[in-house]
Amino acid sequence: MAKQQANWSPYDNNGGSCVAIAGADYCVIAADTRMSTGYNILTREYSKICKLADKCVMASSGFQADVKALQKQLAARHLIYQHQHNKQMSCPAMAQLLSNTLYYKRFFPYYSFNVLGGLDNEGKGCVFTYDAVGSYEKVGYSSQGSGSTLITPFLDNQLKSPSPLLLPVQDAVTPLVEAEAIDLVKTVFASASERDIYTGDKIEIVVVNATGIRREYMELRKD
Amino acid sequence: MKLDTSGLESAAPVWGAPSELVDGFSAAPSFEVPNTTDFDGFQKEAIQMVKPAKGTTTLAFIFKEGVMVAADSRASMGGYISSQSVKKIIEINPYMLGTMAGGAADCQFWHRNLGIKCRLHELANKRRISVTGASKLLANILYSYRGMGLSVGTMIAGWDETGPGLYYVDSEGGRLKGMRFSVGSGSPYAYGVLDNGYRYDMSVKEAAELARRSIYHATFRDGASGGVASVYYVGPNGWKKLSGDDVGELHYNYYPVMPSTVEQEMVEVAGA
Repeated sequence: MAKQQANWSPYDNNGGSCVAIAGADYCVIAADTRMSTGYNILTREYSKICKLADKCVMASSGFQADVKALQKQLAARHLIYQHQHNKQMSCPAMAQLLSNTLYYKRFFPYYSFNVLGGLDNEGKGCVFTYDAVGSYEKVGYSSQGSGSTLITPFLDNQLKSPSPLLLPVQDAVTPLVEAEAIDLVKTVFASASERDIYTGDKIEIVVVNATGIRREYMELRKD
Repeated sequence: MKLDTSGLESAAPVWGAPSELVDGFSAAPSFEVPNTTDFDGFQKEAIQMVKPAKGTTTLAFIFKEGVMVAADSRASMGGYISSQSVKKIIEINPYMLGTMAGGAADCQFWHRNLGIKCRLHELANKRRISVTGASKLLANILYSYRGMGLSVGTMIAGWDETGPGLYYVDSEGGRLKGMRFSVGSGSPYAYGVLDNGYRYDMSVKEAAELARRSIYHATFRDGASGGVASVYYVGPNGWKKLSGDDVGELHYNYYPVMPSTVEQEMVEVAGA
């Protein structure tokens, strides 16, 4: 009998890009709001960003159904943590939880490319970047999704973050102030939407700092 | 086939009180497996989608003073460099290191799991686990997942009661004891430099320089290796990170640019 080929795939790619930048006392997380499938746009107003804890925000691109399932899993585990420890989870703790949650589905992965941003226990900005099965590292900035190959080289050029592996240790967070980082994010998405068909419509920008979490939007090309 | 699922047991409820909250999540620890007729084909596609980071250079060797461990820091997905700052030397505990080659998530997760198992051993037996024991624990887990698509090529280096220890463990289930290993796409280049310069009685400084040079030469010739060359030393008091140097800068340290005498100088042509 000839080898059977699957005529149905459990996965789909809804496109989109996400970016996160860590600063000395803030963290900027942004994602576009376009959700597509193939050449069709499903909606122009879909949020890829999810608040996981008081100082911890996640943006994910890829297959949004898996993203939604992942967000629900993390929210539930966070609730249990709050009941058991009587406090919110810190960003580094959430980062490891996300890594383990992704790896538990190692043989049937969440098709979700995540970027986690927030403030660590000392109030400094931190960004964690992931692959689909949970390998993660703390970085100064990161981009995931369909526009990441366009966005990352530009961020490399502008932010020049020294590697955290260098000895003597150098700080990975960017010296930019919050307003400059937000401006950079807007520029980066404007460029990405010029050349990536899956990125566009609107950017949702979330800023986490000592005063709390705030959200703003910017219009992008709708074509 | 009974899979070793001890890595998946979620944390026991903190106060042992009614655990209805947690029970719903940790019924029987198991990996979810897709319901398909062709498991291998599905895994092949899933792996393609995930494209684990391959391409790397890691090395470790035993010498008179202990164990030297070094690695590059580049992660590539096909031809795209996904990161230049991956931590490929994983700190399992203060006296044992593991290196990462193959799937980044696989290595990170199972090394963290190994660290947990080592700590449990310490608590149960009131003594540290040996490098032999730790490497065997990891090798047994990887063997039980043989054929499922894990990609792990790691070296476990440490110092225990018998002195320095070094084992190579991979996801095919192989486990080898040895004095010198290099793993990854850049390993042939690293072996060339390492085997040539190796002597058992080197000082820590000489051994570190040998390790650094080997990684540098591998990153020079192998496109899938690069970033930062990290060098760690494992001695009787545990491991210590000795250096982390950008390989681009190392190049100019080893081969400085000499100002050369100018033969002919170009002169600007006067406006036509």
